[in-house]
Amino acid sequence: METKTMTLNMGPQHPATHGVLRVILELEGETVVGCTPEIGYLHSGIEKTAESKLYYKIIPLTDRMDYLAPMSNNLGYCLAVEKLLGIKVPEKAQWARVLLTEATRLNSHLVWVGTHALDLGAMSMSLYAFREREDILTLYEAVSGQRMMSTYFRIGGLADDLPDDFDEHVNRILDTLPSRINEYEAILTDNPIWRHRTMGVGVISKDDVIRSGLTGPLLRASGVKHDLRQARPYSSYDKFDFEIPTSDMCDCYGRYLVRVAEMRQSLRIMRQALDGMPEGRYRALAPGVVLPTKYETTHSMEALIFHFKLITEGFHPPVGEVYQTIEAPKGELGFYIVSDGSPQPLRMRVRPPSFVNISALSKLVMGQLIADVIACIGSVDIVLGEVDR
Amino acid sequence: MTEITKQKIEAQFGEKILAIATAYDELAFMIERADLIEVIMFLHDDFDLQYLHLSDITAVDQSERERRFDLVYHLYSFKLREYVRVKVQVGDGESVATLTSEWDSANWLEREVFDMFGIDFDGHPDLRRILMPPDFEGHPLRRDYPLTYEMPQFTHNRKEPPEVIR
Repeated sequence: METKTMTLNMGPQHPATHGVLRVILELEGETVVGCTPEIGYLHSGIEKTAESKLYYKIIPLTDRMDYLAPMSNNLGYCLAVEKLLGIKVPEKAQWARVLLTEATRLNSHLVWVGTHALDLGAMSMSLYAFREREDILTLYEAVSGQRMMSTYFRIGGLADDLPDDFDEHVNRILDTLPSRINEYEAILTDNPIWRHRTMGVGVISKDDVIRSGLTGPLLRASGVKHDLRQARPYSSYDKFDFEIPTSDMCDCYGRYLVRVAEMRQSLRIMRQALDGMPEGRYRALAPGVVLPTKYETTHSMEALIFHFKLITEGFHPPVGEVYQTIEAPKGELGFYIVSDGSPQPLRMRVRPPSFVNISALSKLVMGQLIADVIACIGSVDIVLGEVDR
Repeated sequence: MTEITKQKIEAQFGEKILAIATAYDELAFMIERADLIEVIMFLHDDFDLQYLHLSDITAVDQSERERRFDLVYHLYSFKLREYVRVKVQVGDGESVATLTSEWDSANWLEREVFDMFGIDFDGHPDLRRILMPPDFEGHPLRRDYPLTYEMPQFTHNRKEPPEVIR
């Protein structure tokens, strides 16, 4: 008897694809026998645009890639340029960066747990997760004036000093979130429907996960204990005490467990960073590269000249190339910058974690049921702004 | 830490290494296009190195040079906790061997390089555009591809074709 497969087009406008991802599925009954993700609907040419911008003007572009983790993107870019220039960032700025990027990780994971659970039918989870995210966005607003596209990190430090009510905002997150994460776990971890929808779904072995280049929670949920924060510490992560959660389950449930455990570790790092926040400058003392403060600009002629030169002409980094990777919430985020000595980079390449992670989707969903495709897309945790750039 | 990789690579390939340098604590070396697979697989398979993770594939357009592209591979070793950068010079119209047989992630990364720079990969199973639409002409990340700006269309200019400013 002749059998025919059916082609089903999922997306680009589909609520469970988290943006504009199009997946072309080959179905045999309800079983997936072929899967081709199509991307590019949100391509905005950030790498091309960066080639015609001064170095410090690229920071706002990085916010718009992974818009759920703007501070991580800022950090990766700033670290790369600082490495190129050889600037040492003051301790206070480094610790504030650590605290805020961990808040960003919470932000990203909260949205993930909310939307992933929503996709799989646990609707109330998204309301709870977005409620808690509000505190983090308020913290962003307090430091930078912006709730999402913060652009708070600058080359050489921070845009401005931490506000007076900074401790208050951070403490609100640290006080409320641990019990709220317990609530999430009470809703999901032992929930039979949740376990049934995620356990044994989207399985990828330890070898395959390395072959597919997956990073972040996907890598750790397949039993590889790798985290760039400990493997190659940046921004004084080596001074913090935290664990790397892993799981050997290799499936969507394992990725859920890893991300929830990571949220607890992030809170732990934030607590340490808040308690031990050093005093001192929040920007490196590097005239000609780092903008002087507002006070200095209005009180010193030299500072005003530096300010003018930096804004109009920019700075000239040495000729060279750097590759800086950080552990973003979604995986390994890399910035490869090639400088030819001019005030604009010759090339700025972003190694986006979501892009590489979603390329393994076809491997995850092969042979699964069509309903599990939703679970797999959710558990990969993509942001299309970063996939397409 | 980059020392062991440098020693091993120099001992194994010697003359084939066109340039090798450590800058900003990052080891980078340049090889011939034909030696690419051999060198990458040595980095991958050698017991002391084990560069198992393909972090990134990208290209840089050095448009004034005769062989204008630098194809750049970043590999990571979980064992050494080190990155290494392998560079290959590629001219316009030349093609490079694919890494898809070893890394599945190379599939999309190479497609992106093909889309953005127009570098072909020999033996790639599915080499087509990835970010740009299939009927797009040109390769946007080449230096000679202009940045253009299209005037937004409102009610007053809706009927005219969009004005493109270079």
